Amino acid sequence: MTNPNVILEVKNLNVEFTTDDGVVHAVNDVSYTVERGKTLAIVGESGSGKSVSSLAVMGLLTGANSKISGEVYFNGNELIAADPEAVRKLRGDEMAMIFQDPLSALHPYYTIGDQLAEAVRVHNDVSETQALERAAEMLAKVGIPDVDQRIDDYPHQLSGGMRQRVMIAMALINGPELLIADEPTTALDVTVQAQILDLLRELQKEFGTAIVLITHDLGVVADLADEVLVMYGGSAVEHAPVREIFYSPQMPYTWGLLASIPQISAKKEQLDPIPGSPPSLLNLPKGCVFAPRCTFKDQVADHACANTFPELLAVSPDHEARCHLSETQRNTIRAERKIGKVN
Amino acid sequence: MATPILKVTNLQKYFPIHGGGLFNRVVGNVRAVDGISLEVNPGETLGLVGESGCGKSTAGRAMLRLIEPTAGAVEFDGQDLTKLKKKDLVPLRREMQMIFQDPFSSLNPRQTVGDIIGAPFKVQGVKPEGGIAKAVQGLMDRVGLNPEHYNRYPNEFSGGQRQRIGIARAIALKPKLIVCDEPVSALDVSIQAQVLNLLDDIQQEFGLAYLFVAHDLSVVRHISDRVAVMYLGKIMESATQADLYQAPLHPYTHALLSAVPIADPDLERSRERIILTGDLPSPSNPPSGCVFRTRCFKAQSRCETEVPELRELASGHKVACHFPMDSNTASATGSDFIG
Ligand SMILES: Nc1ncnc2c1ncn2[C@@H]1O[C@H](COP(=O)(O)OP(=O)(O)OP(=O)(O)O)[C@@H](O)[C@H]1O
Ligand SMILES: Nc1ncnc2c1ncn2[C@@H]1O[C@H](COP(=O)(O)OP(=O)(O)OP(=O)(O)O)[C@@H](O)[C@H]1O
Ligand code: SF4
Ligand SMILES: [Mg+2]
Ligand SMILES: [Mg+2]
Repeated sequence: MTNPNVILEVKNLNVEFTTDDGVVHAVNDVSYTVERGKTLAIVGESGSGKSVSSLAVMGLLTGANSKISGEVYFNGNELIAADPEAVRKLRGDEMAMIFQDPLSALHPYYTIGDQLAEAVRVHNDVSETQALERAAEMLAKVGIPDVDQRIDDYPHQLSGGMRQRVMIAMALINGPELLIADEPTTALDVTVQAQILDLLRELQKEFGTAIVLITHDLGVVADLADEVLVMYGGSAVEHAPVREIFYSPQMPYTWGLLASIPQISAKKEQLDPIPGSPPSLLNLPKGCVFAPRCTFKDQVADHACANTFPELLAVSPDHEARCHLSETQRNTIRAERKIGKVN
Repeated sequence: MATPILKVTNLQKYFPIHGGGLFNRVVGNVRAVDGISLEVNPGETLGLVGESGCGKSTAGRAMLRLIEPTAGAVEFDGQDLTKLKKKDLVPLRREMQMIFQDPFSSLNPRQTVGDIIGAPFKVQGVKPEGGIAKAVQGLMDRVGLNPEHYNRYPNEFSGGQRQRIGIARAIALKPKLIVCDEPVSALDVSIQAQVLNLLDDIQQEFGLAYLFVAHDLSVVRHISDRVAVMYLGKIMESATQADLYQAPLHPYTHALLSAVPIADPDLERSRERIILTGDLPSPSNPPSGCVFRTRCFKAQSRCETEVPELRELASGHKVACHFPMDSNTASATGSDFIG
């Protein structure tokens, strides 16, 4: 691999599910890279393929009805075609995942201490006592109070925020190089979310972990991300550094997303919603995935939006967007509608 | 000042905790709503915000007597609902409606959309001009649903469309008040904005009032004229939207607002944040004195012994705190305060 800082490279990832209703095209030709110690946020609406693409990366999509193609390089080693056993060994060790719902990932019948210690022992040759010590250390690090007592608690005895901390402890206990966090704070209250985001930031600094952060909250993105991948209907539609996404977005779906959120920092007079609803992944539009909802498609000649799927093209060296509008058209629209920061 | 359409005084809702055993005695109470007072004026939106479990939904339901309040008075259009017999409530239900969070479970899956939206006419014995079918199709058109889909079932609609069905049903009889319980929190942001705009338009058109219950502070800021902040069954602060967000006086409101990440990287990364420690105490065993004191960065010994009353510190701005934030420092820190 060319860049030694790249920990994860996803290339042309496709995921399909065969269902009674037909083939669900959940992820279509998605590519991205993540550098060590950096955070890539994946945003997009419900059903846009954020979770499925990450589960595929982690080797966690094993259902008989799923079909995965493409390449995933972790530290230079390809995982999609690799022996599942080898990928399983990496999981929980060099790469880890946290989920939205911590209860589904924690075992109800074991104490949190035992579960953490077990996670240590699966990947390391240490005694039970050493593993428990490591568990206690990690629990303290993620801010669990009274670790001596809490370590013997069962998951149901903890609050939602504490469970999410335990999940994070579990994910980070073996010092992974890559953490995929799928909506890690969506189920939490804002005051607890603020604690957890702070914790992730600190731990990332301490361990140099790369994070793939899946979220639909643009505030969380603005807070944590270095880079942003915007997904729509299973495709990557825009990919850029975080400031570019907010201040110089280049794709109508991203524009719509930014215009439709109410802001905490100032009262907007009117929200500009995106009309219509997301496409069916059973029957994706032939042209641009966003065309059915796009208010700018008439500006593109020859009905190209309805007929041709636009390429993901570089609009600047580190900024890619998938849209038929010309640069001049995009600039005019952004200036007229005050989208992003127009200087 | 207009006469409020809804006036709630010391509303309380306790859920008994049973000990089990032979007598299954009541061993305690979940104090879900513990003496709240608020007013909603005709045509305005009062936002009721707070974290999960603070009692927002319970308060909304108790106000409409969908659950029985433990104590307190709820005057709707001058009548105390808590004193009415169940059957005398029925005609009043025309005037006050509710929209729920979950567009998936709040609609009967075996009824067509036409039947769902038309139900209030049947229940109230109202015969709209031109017949129920025509009225329902008019309502569907009004909320942005295709009237031809009249005979479809809820599962054939998306989340946002189902929420529109709920809205159409709620406005069928032109109520004076709708309690909206997290009406957009299950929706994607792009769809959420559609529904918020629809609620706005309908309010303009019908002049109705909303009690808008939600945990999303940005959404509440957008939709509300006035806002009340709840914590552990009590109201901590209430003010106009602008005062509450620009110059919060309660330490809890201050912390709550500062916890919300701003969707603007430069702003977000340059501001100061107050991070509260600890978790929400249990509503079955709330702290003595001020219920917020266990997480409050301004707490002193008086907070442990004395319950702070909700007092009016500035015109229309009420705060339940012994040591409120200085309104100058509050506004100086920032959105205004947040930004
Ligand atoms: N096992 C499966 N079989 C069939 N379809 C599936 C399966 N898993 C996921 N899908 C579909 O794949 C699509 C992408 O789902 P995914 O969970 O990745 O969405 P998401 O972007 O994470 O959404 P959310 O924000 O709601 O979590 C959805 O349409 C989903 O219904
Ligand atoms: N039927 C019930 N029996 C016992 N306790 C209840 C009942 N309904 C609610 N509670 C409790 O009352 C408290 C307030 O609940 P409520 O649902 O009103 O909170 P909320 O503010 O609406 O929270 P959320 O944001 O999660 O919807 C919680 O502690 C809850 O567990
Ligand atoms: S390609 Fe066309 S339809 Fe798609 S976003 Fe661009 S202008 Fe809109
Ligand atoms: Mg998901
Ligand atoms: Mg609720």
